[in-house]
Amino acid sequence: MKKSGAEILIECLKKEGVKHIFGYPGGVVLNIFDALYDDKDIQLILTRHEQGAVHAADGYARASGKVGVALVTSGPGATNTVTGIANASMDSIPLVVFSGQVPTLLIGNDAFQEADIVGITRPCTKHNYLVKDVKDLARVVREAFHIAFTGRPGPVLIDLPKDVTAGSAEFIWPEEVRIRGYNPTYHGNKYMINQAAQMIAHSKKPVIMAGGGVVSSEASKELKELAELARIPVTMTLMGLGGFPGTHKLSLGMLGMHGTYYANTAVQNSDLLIGIGVRFDDRVTGRTNAFAPGAKIIQIDIDPTSIRKNVRVDLPVVGDVKNVLKDLLKAVKELKEQQWDAVRNAWLKQIDGWKRERPLSYQFVKNVIKPEFVVEKIYEATKGEAIICTEVGQNQMWSAQFYKYDYPRRWLSSGGLGTMGYGFPAAIGAQFACPDRIVFDIAGDGSIQMNIQELATAVINKLPVKVAILNNGYLGMVRQWQELFFKERYSHTELESGNPDFVKVAEAYGAVGLRATKPEEVEPVIKESLKIKNKPVFLDFVVDWKEKVYPMVPAGASIDEMIFEEEEKKEKKLKAVK
Amino acid sequence: MRHTISILVENKFGVLSRVSGLFSGRGYNIESLSVGETIDPATSIMTIVTTGDDLVVEQITKQLNKLIDVIKVVDFMEVDHVEREMVLIKVSPRKEDRTEVLKLAEIFRGRIVDSGPTTYTMEITGEEKKINAFIELIKPFGIKEFVRTGKVAIAREGLKKGK
Repeated sequence: MKKSGAEILIECLKKEGVKHIFGYPGGVVLNIFDALYDDKDIQLILTRHEQGAVHAADGYARASGKVGVALVTSGPGATNTVTGIANASMDSIPLVVFSGQVPTLLIGNDAFQEADIVGITRPCTKHNYLVKDVKDLARVVREAFHIAFTGRPGPVLIDLPKDVTAGSAEFIWPEEVRIRGYNPTYHGNKYMINQAAQMIAHSKKPVIMAGGGVVSSEASKELKELAELARIPVTMTLMGLGGFPGTHKLSLGMLGMHGTYYANTAVQNSDLLIGIGVRFDDRVTGRTNAFAPGAKIIQIDIDPTSIRKNVRVDLPVVGDVKNVLKDLLKAVKELKEQQWDAVRNAWLKQIDGWKRERPLSYQFVKNVIKPEFVVEKIYEATKGEAIICTEVGQNQMWSAQFYKYDYPRRWLSSGGLGTMGYGFPAAIGAQFACPDRIVFDIAGDGSIQMNIQELATAVINKLPVKVAILNNGYLGMVRQWQELFFKERYSHTELESGNPDFVKVAEAYGAVGLRATKPEEVEPVIKESLKIKNKPVFLDFVVDWKEKVYPMVPAGASIDEMIFEEEEKKEKKLKAVK
Repeated sequence: MRHTISILVENKFGVLSRVSGLFSGRGYNIESLSVGETIDPATSIMTIVTTGDDLVVEQITKQLNKLIDVIKVVDFMEVDHVEREMVLIKVSPRKEDRTEVLKLAEIFRGRIVDSGPTTYTMEITGEEKKINAFIELIKPFGIKEFVRTGKVAIAREGLKKGK
């Protein structure tokens, strides 16, 4: 029996196990929305903006480990997804985005609501498709999910002309996917892995640098086992937080521009750096020719293009992180008896010294709420078990520094693209994926206004998402750079005079708004928000506008050239760095 | 270093823009490009000449391999191969030079493919060097225009450099 294109699409989604789609309707996708109208198995969540839909699908994917799905109309609906798609691409998040397209006969005619979305998204998707014949639909959907989820994950877009979803064909589900140009390497080369084990055995001062690849390949257990067995301290990139327990004795926290003193110092003094699922982003390495100068570098990654792209690599291992770590563990165990504790004792002691010398800290001032204090209180109140989403800027860095992530998939942050407006819709997606977990978006007063309309989505779906606004009345991170490098000329970063009353905004949407203006109000407000189970909550924390994120490595400097709060106070003059 | 890279791709619409977009988006340079179907009409071969140090070319070949529609990438730098390019040149020599031009074409194994009252159009095939040499030689006689195909290359049987 023949089915319509729209029905075939729904059948395909069911075969792929899709339960939630984040979307927004429009003219050319009416057939699909109509087919979804009576469907019992798939829930479509109407967001208030297509960017919100894609970020929500992204948050859903990060929190659940499944593919996130979004559905939008042609033209502006499709172009509104571009930021969300580019965001997922930079962070290797598996998404399938369906966009409507004008009928095939009108493509290229500048028809109403036509945009060449396949052309526009070509550089920011892992792959994309324009389906020209309804007979290809099932195969394309099958391939798209396969490509999005396997190898180095990423977003895939499928453009669906109206006549394709309106047309009809037999529904034939391809049981197998065969794409001759797509064969990711899943298992690492045995010789390389044995070499890596040897290097670990001969190293006196090794450091593991764990990234998003550990999370996406579900390799936390293997990583922990390796670190504990060979007694190797672990630092994480922003994307890697939670891939190794933040409270573990071997954890060095985050490294890089706003990394901990001890993580950056350990990397710079190491003799072996093991990069696992990382791409050596410039925010991590600082000046690359001064990065880990004394270290041999092992890099484990499923994507060959990540290897030797930014830094020299002495030993590359291409493969899925989980598989490679399993094999590496075996190889390390097979080495002749090692007294790991004795070998590593001096190195770990030295690191403990650095930890004591300069722990992460901030100065508490009476009657002023420090943003770091808010993050700490959220950590305490949620016992470190919440899913934390962030926006981008200071809020993101403080959330990375002062919340300790012990589990993967509880830290959702826009790492590569740095998208303001990501956190709130991502939190909505995460709450759909994990309905029983506490979900916080730690935001700034600037970022939250970039997708604040999603309050309606959260209210109508009774989601208890909490948005902690670290309200400093500024685009804080940009202001910080202006203060340090642009002679305190705060060009267009002041927001307070135009900010709305966030409590009233929440209430206007039917959500709950709470506010704290003094340190002693912070904890009660957080506890109050945790009692609310069927509505989103805005927590407006009026924080110290002068607070800056420290330590800090100026752009273009080596990662051991860090600025600390107390130094900055002593000598206000800082050399402007390009 | 100049590299000639051969890319076996799916013969589908949009593939050329994926490949060229990769070059432009990452700031790599394309010096010449030629595309054509292979023995299997479902695939095409693109031959691209590009310039870059070893790290850049390594990235280029890896990035190309990462494209879903790319089936195989060969950097001819590592492979013994034959390469050819063709040029069509329209020359308008003075009457007294016409014989000389014909002779030169003959020396370069060129063929006259069109001849008009004032011009000859000739076809020259060969390695890039030979074509450049011919163009230089014929220049004084008055070139109206020329069109080059860009390089194509094919591996020699069973021989790898350094083995």
